[in-house]
Amino acid sequence: MGAMALRQIVRAMRENRSFAVGAVITAVVVFAALLSLVWTPYAIDQLSVADKLKGASAAHPLGTDHYGRDILSMLMVGARTSIAVALVAVGIGIVIGVPLGLLGAARGGWIDETVMRFNDLVFAFPALLSAVMITAIFGPGAVNAIVAIGIFNIPVFARVARGGALAYKSREFVLAAQVAGKGQVRIFAEHILPNIANLLIVQGTIQFSLGILAEAGLSYVGLGAQPPVATWGRMLNEAQTMMAFAPQLALYPGLAIVATVLGLNLLGDGLRDILDPKLRRRVG
Amino acid sequence: MPLIAVNRLNLSIHDKPILRDVSFKIARGETLGLVGESGSGKSITALAMMQLLPHGGKAEGEIRFRKKNILQMPESELCRMRGRRIGMVFQEPMTALNPVKTIGAQISESLTWHFGVSKREARERAADLMDRVGLPASRFPLERFPHQLSGGQRQRVVIAMAIACKPKLLIADEPTTALDVTIQAQILALIKEIVKKDDMGLLLISHDLAVVADMADRVAIMKDGEIVETGPTGSLFANLTHPYSQSLFEASNHVPQKRVRPVLSIARRRTEPLVKVEGLVRNYALPRRSLFRKQPPFTAVDRVSFKILPGQSLGLVGESGCGKSTLARAILGLEEPNGGSISVLGRDPFSARGKEREAVHRSVQVVFQDPYGSFNPRHRIERIVAEPLFLLRGEIDEGEKRRRVEEALLNVGLSAADKEKYPHEFSGGQRQRIAIARALVTKPKLIVADEPVSALDVSIRAQILDLFADLRDKLGLAYLFISHDLSVVRAITDEVMVMNAGKIVEHGPTALVFDHPRHPYTRLLVSAAPDLKTAIRRRAKWEKKAGVAVTAKRDRMTPGKGET
Amino acid sequence: MLAYVLKRALSLIATLVVATAVVFIVLEVLPGDPAALMLGVEAREDTIAALHRQLGLDQPAPMRYAAWLAGLVTGDLGTSYTYSVPVSELVSERLAVTLPLALMALALSVVIAFPVAVIAARNRGRAPDTSIMALTQLGIAVPNFWFAILLVYVFAVALRLVPSGGFPGWSEGVGAAFQALTLPAVALALPQASILARVLRSALVDTLHEDYIRTARAKGLTRHAALWRHAVRNALIPVLTILGLQFSFLIAGTIIIENVFYLPGIGRLVFQAITQRDLIVVKSVVVLLVATVVIVTFFVDIAYAAVDPRLRRR
Repeated sequence: MGAMALRQIVRAMRENRSFAVGAVITAVVVFAALLSLVWTPYAIDQLSVADKLKGASAAHPLGTDHYGRDILSMLMVGARTSIAVALVAVGIGIVIGVPLGLLGAARGGWIDETVMRFNDLVFAFPALLSAVMITAIFGPGAVNAIVAIGIFNIPVFARVARGGALAYKSREFVLAAQVAGKGQVRIFAEHILPNIANLLIVQGTIQFSLGILAEAGLSYVGLGAQPPVATWGRMLNEAQTMMAFAPQLALYPGLAIVATVLGLNLLGDGLRDILDPKLRRRVG
Repeated sequence: MPLIAVNRLNLSIHDKPILRDVSFKIARGETLGLVGESGSGKSITALAMMQLLPHGGKAEGEIRFRKKNILQMPESELCRMRGRRIGMVFQEPMTALNPVKTIGAQISESLTWHFGVSKREARERAADLMDRVGLPASRFPLERFPHQLSGGQRQRVVIAMAIACKPKLLIADEPTTALDVTIQAQILALIKEIVKKDDMGLLLISHDLAVVADMADRVAIMKDGEIVETGPTGSLFANLTHPYSQSLFEASNHVPQKRVRPVLSIARRRTEPLVKVEGLVRNYALPRRSLFRKQPPFTAVDRVSFKILPGQSLGLVGESGCGKSTLARAILGLEEPNGGSISVLGRDPFSARGKEREAVHRSVQVVFQDPYGSFNPRHRIERIVAEPLFLLRGEIDEGEKRRRVEEALLNVGLSAADKEKYPHEFSGGQRQRIAIARALVTKPKLIVADEPVSALDVSIRAQILDLFADLRDKLGLAYLFISHDLSVVRAITDEVMVMNAGKIVEHGPTALVFDHPRHPYTRLLVSAAPDLKTAIRRRAKWEKKAGVAVTAKRDRMTPGKGET
Repeated sequence: MLAYVLKRALSLIATLVVATAVVFIVLEVLPGDPAALMLGVEAREDTIAALHRQLGLDQPAPMRYAAWLAGLVTGDLGTSYTYSVPVSELVSERLAVTLPLALMALALSVVIAFPVAVIAARNRGRAPDTSIMALTQLGIAVPNFWFAILLVYVFAVALRLVPSGGFPGWSEGVGAAFQALTLPAVALALPQASILARVLRSALVDTLHEDYIRTARAKGLTRHAALWRHAVRNALIPVLTILGLQFSFLIAGTIIIENVFYLPGIGRLVFQAITQRDLIVVKSVVVLLVATVVIVTFFVDIAYAAVDPRLRRR
C-alpha cells in the first residue's frame, strides 16, 4: 500500500511540475522543522554577545543576530513554530468547519440558513482581530495565534464542504443510494465525503499557506509565540531596527516565509490539477 | 453557382484528424441537412465554416464562399463575414446568450457592429426582429434578460441575432435538440419560414433523421469525420447504399419486439396492482418575490391517480417541467406527497420506515437518464451494482452477493469480468446497461426508468430499448417508463399517460392514445413529433414532381467527392 | 432590486448586532472582572472597585451591552482609560490615517490587477501569461510587511529618497501626507493585486470558453471586442467574491503595516491599548473594524446584483 502510494506520488511529480517543485520545497521546510525538534546547529536560547552580528561563515552559515544567536538555528525553530501553528489552525477549521458545512447541506432549511449566517459572522473577524481580542484578555502566545487563525478557517472549510456536498447531493448516484435503502449518514460517508475530499485537501493546502502568512504577521506585531521560541515574524521585527547596519537579518526570515508559502501554493495548484476529476477524464 | 462549396475539407485538432475529405455545397435557398451521431464531426464542420475552430484546430482544403476561400481569409475579413454574410444558431439556448446583457442589446449589437447604425435605429430594428421571430416587443420588452425567458424563447432570440444582418447563409447546429417537441416544431417552422422568405441557404445539423427529412432538400450523412452518403432527401432515404446509413435509418425506426398481448388495466380489474397512486399532489415553495407577500406554491404534481399492474409497462410522456420526474421520485419514496396517497405493495414509500421501507425499495428500483452522473466515479462496477443489495444485508452472504452481481451483469449483456472496472472505462450505452444491472440486482417487480435512453445515440438507443423489452419478457418486470420522446414510449409500453402542467390529461392503451389522441394536448404532442416516414414520403413526392431523383444517383456515385 | 437590497440590509443589521454581541461577550463577560484585568495583578482592591464603578460594571451584562450599543449608534464610545480622552476622538484621529491607506491600497491593487489579468487572459498559455502567472505566484507568497521592510530598506535606508516612516499629518498638506502613505500603500497593494489578478485571469479564461462568447464571435465580433463587451462583466462576478474577502485581509494588513512605517493609525492605537490593557479602546477598535468588514460585504453583495441581473429577483 505504502509502496503504491509512493509510486503514485512519483508519477504525479513527473507529470506535474508545480506539484513536484511544491512538494520538494514543502518537504525541505517540514524536514527542517522536524529536525529542529531533536537537533539544531546551536541552541537558540544560547546568547553570546561576543558572536553578535557575524556574517556568514563555516560556523554560522547564515551568520548571527544581535544577541549572537545562530540565524540558521532560529530559522529552523521558526519553521517549526509556523508549521505547528498553521497546521493546528487548519485542523481546527476542518474538524469544526467540515461537519458544519455537511450538516447544512444535509439538512437544508433553517439549519442550513443558520450555518451560513454563522459563516458570514465569522468572516467578519479576520484572524488579526480575533488575536487582538484574545491577547487583550489572555496575553500573547502561540495558542492565541492558533485559535485566531483556526476560527477564521472554520467558515472557509464549512463553505467548501457545503458547496461540494450540495453539488453531489443531487447527483443521480446519490439518489440511487437512497433507493438502495441507505440512510443519509451512510450516504454522506460512502458517497459524498470521499468525493469532496479532493476539494478539502486542496483548500487545506491553501489555508495552510495562508496560516503561515498569518502567523508571521501576528508574531511580527507581537501577538504570536513569545520568546524564547523563535518565530519568523519576530525575527523580522527585531531585524527592522538594525536595518541600517545588518540588512541581511531582515532577508533570511522573509525568504523563508516566501519559500514556504510558495511551496505550499505550488503544491496546492498541483494537487488541484491532479485530483480534479474533470482533468483526469480528459486525460483518461 | 453554389452559395458555399466545401471542397475536400480535412481538419485536425492538435494533430488528431477529425474531418476527412468533407465536400458538399449549398445553393441559394437550399437546405442541406447534415446528419450523424455524436462525435461524427458535424459541429466541427460548422465551426470550420465560420473559422471558429477550437484551440489547436487546423483545416486544409477549401471552403469557397462568394468567390473566396474562407480558410485563407485574414481575421479582419472573417469578422466582416461572420454574422453579416453567415449567421449561426447554436444548440444550447440556455448558454448561448450573455446572462448579464439584455436581449435587446444582444440583438442590436450585430447591427451596430456591422452597419454602424445609431443605437436608436438598432433598437428599432431589434424590436422588428423580435417581432419577426415571434416575440412581439409589446410582450417581450428589449430590456428583458435571458434568464427571464424560456428555452424556446431564448432560441428565438438567438435566431433573431443570427438573421439580424440578413445573411445569405444560415448555419443551425442542432437548433432544437435542447427543446421540447412542441417548441421544436415551432422553432423549425420559424427557421423554415425565414429561410424561404429571404431565400437563404441553410445548413441544418442534427442527429435526428426525422427533423432533417422534414426540413432539408438534400441530406449528407456523416460518420467518423467523413460524409458517407449524400443526395436529395427523398430519393436518398429511399435507396440508402452505405451500410452505416442503412443501420442508422433502421435504428431510427426501430421498434423492439412487441409483446403478443399487452397488459392493460381495463382488462384486469381484479389483479392486485403493484403501485396505486390516488389524488397525488406535490407542491414546491417558490422563493419570495416581495418581502411581505408569500408566493403561492408551485404545484408540480396535481391530483394524479393511476395504477401499475404486475408485468405492465406504463409510459409517462410529457414535456420538461411537466412534473413527470417529481412523480417518479414520489413513487420511489424520495419526495413527500402534499396530498393524496401512494401505495407500493400496500406500503407508503415515503413514510414507511425500517423493514417496511426496505421492502418498497427491494421491489421498486430505478434507472436514470444521465449515464455519467449515475455512478460514484470512485467505485468499481461490482460495488456499484451491488449497492442495492444493502437491502438484503444479513440475508445473503458474500458468495451470493457476487453471484447476483454477475447474474445481473450477464442479464444486461455485459460480462462478469466487467465488475472489476470503473465507470469511466465504459461508453454511454454500456453505462446504461450497468445502471439497469444495478436496478435488477434485488430482483425487483417494478423498474422506474426516467428518460433512460434520452442521452444516447439512436443506434445505442435501439439496443437499450431491446434490452428493456427483453428483460420485461424474461423476468416479468413492470416498468414506469418516463420519456419526452413519443417514439420511445410507443415502442416499449402497454399503456401510456400523457402529463401536462402536473396533470394526467390522457391515459389509455399506447396505440390507441397515439393513433387516436382525444385530449388537445395529446394531439398537439403527437402532431409536433417529427415523423421520419411521413417526411420521406412527402419529400419523395416533391422530388418526383421536380425531377431531381436523377441528380441523386450521380451524387451517390461519387460519395463525398467534390464537384468540379 | 429594491427587495434584494432590503433583504441584504436586514441581514447586514442582524450580522452587526450579533458581531457586537460577540465582541462584548469576549471582552467584557469572559474576563470576569474587566476592571481587575485592566489594572493588572498588583492593583489595590479599592482602585479596582473605583474603576469597577466608573465603568458601570455593577450593572448586569445585558444592560451594559444595550447601553454600549446605544453609545455605538450615537458615536459615544466611552472614555479611554489610559488616555483619559473620549475614544471616539482617538479613533477618528487615527482613522484619518488608516482609512485613506486602506483605500489607496485597494484602488492601487485593482488598478494593477485589472490590466495585468486582461493581458494574461488574452495571451493564455503564451509568454506574457506564463510570466505574469509566475510573478503573481511569487506576489501571493510575499508577506506584505516583509515587502514593506524591503521597500523601506531600498528607498529610505539605501537610496535615502524618502523618510523611513512617520506621518506628517494632514494639516501639513495633502501632498506630504500622500507621500508618506505611498510606500505603505504599495506594500499592501502588491500581494493583493497578485491575488486579484490571478482570480480575474482565471475567471476571464473560464468566461472566454462560454457559449455566449462563441455566439458573440459568430456575430462577427473580434476576439478583442468579444472579451471587452461580453467576457469582462461576467468575469467580475467571481472577482467580487474575492474582493469582499480580501478586504478583511486588507484591514489586517493595514494594521500590521502601520507598525513598519510608524504610522499613527488604528493599528498603532490598538497595539498600544493591548499593552496597556485599555479594554475600552480595544473593544471600540475591534467593533469598528468588524463593522467595516461587514459593511463592505454588504456593498459587495449589492455590487453582485448590479453586475448579475439573475440575482436581483432573489
